[in-house]
Amino acid sequence: MKKIRIIPRLDIKGPNIVKGIHCEGLRVVGNPKDLAYKYFKDGADELLCMDIVASLYQRNFDFDLLRSLSDGIFIPITVGGGIRSINDINNALRAGADKVAINTHAIKNPKLLREAAKKFGSQCIVLSIEAKKTPEGWWEAYIDGGREHTGINAIEWTKKAIKLGVGEILLTSIDNDGTRKGYDIDLIKKIVSFSPVPVIVHGGAAGPESFFDILKTCKPEGLSAASIFHYKDFSIKDVKKYLINKKLRIRYA
Amino acid sequence: MPKTKKNIAIVDYGVGNLHSLVKAFKHFDENAFITEESKDIESADAIVLPGVGAFQAGMEGLRIRNLLDTIKNTAKNNKPILGICLGAQLLMSEGHEFGRFKGLGLIPGKVIMFDNSGEKIPHIGWNEIYGNKNIWRNTVLNSIDEGSDVYFVHSYIFKPTKKENILAYTKYGDIEFCSAIRKGNIYGCQFHPEKSGKIGLQIIENFIKLLG
Repeated sequence: MKKIRIIPRLDIKGPNIVKGIHCEGLRVVGNPKDLAYKYFKDGADELLCMDIVASLYQRNFDFDLLRSLSDGIFIPITVGGGIRSINDINNALRAGADKVAINTHAIKNPKLLREAAKKFGSQCIVLSIEAKKTPEGWWEAYIDGGREHTGINAIEWTKKAIKLGVGEILLTSIDNDGTRKGYDIDLIKKIVSFSPVPVIVHGGAAGPESFFDILKTCKPEGLSAASIFHYKDFSIKDVKKYLINKKLRIRYA
Repeated sequence: MPKTKKNIAIVDYGVGNLHSLVKAFKHFDENAFITEESKDIESADAIVLPGVGAFQAGMEGLRIRNLLDTIKNTAKNNKPILGICLGAQLLMSEGHEFGRFKGLGLIPGKVIMFDNSGEKIPHIGWNEIYGNKNIWRNTVLNSIDEGSDVYFVHSYIFKPTKKENILAYTKYGDIEFCSAIRKGNIYGCQFHPEKSGKIGLQIIENFIKLLG
């Protein structure tokens, strides 16, 4: 039976891996190639590499960086940030990506998702959602690396994108991002409850208990985390051992 | 004495992630290269058919590059072929994705939608392979343990007509499906060895060993 995936997330800015809180206040935490290789060796099930300023600065993902980063890594890599066309997706796949995550340019041009899913297959196209709770209590979709709000309801947008053919959802809670206070259970529960495609959750991972809590309450297919791995609070193996002891289906390699 | 590098042609027919496959073969110091030319495929020691995408687009990609006969002849000459994901599905007689389309027909059977598993589709992630370790001996799965985790990303599965062509199977939800096929020197993996960590690299190395 299928295993739950533990996925370190690398937020890339220029030549560095950075990490912020609520997608802001970025701090340099390392070098992309070194960290990617370290997490691969530590037993990551997949890597998530996001150029967090590509959309904001209206430029492309750095495919040369991706080529070098993916060298020597034999697990799947999802790439996001500034992906705006079929051509970009093609370039990403040829530079070592297995899947692409699209947020900003999917919101600006939803047809891109349908076209991309048709050309590369749904399994290759990940909808990235960055959601923040409004004072009225609904979740709003953000773009440009969590900086620009859209007025779009993140839940409704997810439903629409699934119909357009995306094969996976990467759900980031801006409210919990970088806080290490646990995943956003309310938001995640809402999306997982209707999504027919796998959901990877991100934002707020704390100790291994926080992974267990979200798996127990919401059953997402994948758990992504950044701060706790970057700042060495816990290793990937620590988290996996804990979850295996809790009788969850985890790949231990 | 330095070893002779094997020439492994990774067929580029317009779909998929080729870079990581090249890397996986180069990891073992082999001469892997991406090509869409018949002559390169004919002169190679082995060929790999990669692929991500839809069945029809895959066959069309081979057809417009005039590679259908090239690959069929490669198979006739008993040269090792490794199909991966869509590349493995194309080895079958026909595919039922967005219609009904003829495949390469190197292994009898069809490719059908993965449904009724009670689980989410696409099937994305790590899952276990099972089979018979004796049958796996001297194949691409040589010395791999049953229950090893490999990486899947797919919405369609192959259904070989003959049991003898089933090399491995995998359980997903309520369904047990064929996850690797074999006929002589022709192999197909529904999963991605080049993305399956240590186990995947072992499978790639096993394939290289088949080349002698």
